[in-house]
Amino acid sequence: MSIGLTLLGLLETGPRHGYDLKRAYDEHFGQDRPLHYGQVYSTLSRLLRDGLVEVDGVEVGEGPERKRYAITSAGVTDVHDWLITPERPEPYLHSTLYTKVVLALMSGRSAAEVLDVQRASHLETMRGLTRRKLTGDLADQLICDHALFHLEADLRWLELTAARLDQLAKEVRP
Amino acid sequence: MSAEIDGGPLLEAVDVHKAFGPTPALDGAAIRLWPGEVVAVMGPSGSGKSTLLHCLAGILRPDSGTVYYRGAELSSMSDVARSELRRTDFGFVFQFGQLVPELTCLENVALPLRLGGQRRREAERAATEWLERLEVADVANKRPGETSGGQGQRVAVARALVTGPKVVFADEPTGALDSLNGERVMKLLVNAAKDTGAAVVLVTHEARVAAYSDREVVVRDGRTRQVELAQ
Ligand SMILES: Nc1ncnc2c1ncn2[C@@H]1O[C@H](COP(=O)(O)OP(=O)(O)OP(=O)(O)O)[C@@H](O)[C@H]1O
Ligand SMILES: [Mg+2]
Repeated sequence: MSIGLTLLGLLETGPRHGYDLKRAYDEHFGQDRPLHYGQVYSTLSRLLRDGLVEVDGVEVGEGPERKRYAITSAGVTDVHDWLITPERPEPYLHSTLYTKVVLALMSGRSAAEVLDVQRASHLETMRGLTRRKLTGDLADQLICDHALFHLEADLRWLELTAARLDQLAKEVRP
Repeated sequence: MSAEIDGGPLLEAVDVHKAFGPTPALDGAAIRLWPGEVVAVMGPSGSGKSTLLHCLAGILRPDSGTVYYRGAELSSMSDVARSELRRTDFGFVFQFGQLVPELTCLENVALPLRLGGQRRREAERAATEWLERLEVADVANKRPGETSGGQGQRVAVARALVTGPKVVFADEPTGALDSLNGERVMKLLVNAAKDTGAAVVLVTHEARVAAYSDREVVVRDGRTRQVELAQ
């Protein structure tokens, strides 16, 4: 999952210092893997170089970590494109999908849309597997079925999440 | 039947609203079905999938909005004309087969043809062919209560297709089956529909079942949504 895009998504709710950003990230998405400060600052300097964030204010004399960062309009475009582009199905996709849903809610976008786009993409993959299964031999069928059950599990989780969006929105909206 | 529009959709619902008392079930639903295509109708429980299917099939009359079948307005037809249309042009498969329990499976499949005025012998010959095609010839002389769920559903598919319908309406046809039997029903249903050129409206909340469709329409809170993927 992209740390850069996640930080950008968090910045969309308002400018923050690097330290706040790390704290917000760890609170929402870092249960298993909190960010290192090094990661935060190297990511921020890359985002700065690419014009996706800008320095919004510096508190003088207190070192580089007192810079406040704000998202630029190019950054907002990147976050938006990321959120509405479906993920390629892969194991442990849920952490990326969860992040996208939460950021969509935080920013007042349609989380249902994130889910719908993902469902359409998963179903398209599942149709291909189903066609292959119908014409293939038993080995093909078994391999395709394995993939189909995993994709179905993703989708069932998405449906359940969709059904809980209102509740989730209350918990994540600042 | 009536005013057929060549090249137009087979079945179309436009801005359909339907409420049951204070409960809105459909709130501006729209769908188009083209000849021969299999469309999955997906969405959470209570979102309005079955209500949409019933409106499309002329079983329910929308409060407002229009359903067209081959260019003709379903809702303005008389009840007699609509039930005639259901018998000649539509086939139905529901979650629990809804076969007539007093009749044998063969008689169940022959029934729609008998109701259409066919002689018993011809009707049963056609029914036998369909039972073979659905791989349930062995239960022909059993009553539905003496078959397994999977066999019963395949008999129900045979009954839905025996009249050569233009549209098959299937509401959770595999809902009561395990994966293996569900897959078998879907494979036979979709293959038979493709062979005969019937379009299918397939209501399901299972993605593996929906994967047998050509495309999906999602119903949420009584509204339909179709996602177009880029590329
Ligand atoms: N005959 C009826 N009388 C009263 N309310 C009804 C009737 N049929 C449906 N409803 C209501 O209309 C709404 C939509 O129901 P519908 O059966 O179309 O949903 P569904 O998507 O098919 O759900 P499920 O997946 O559970 O079958 C629900 O709120 C339901 O309670
Ligand atoms: Mg239903």
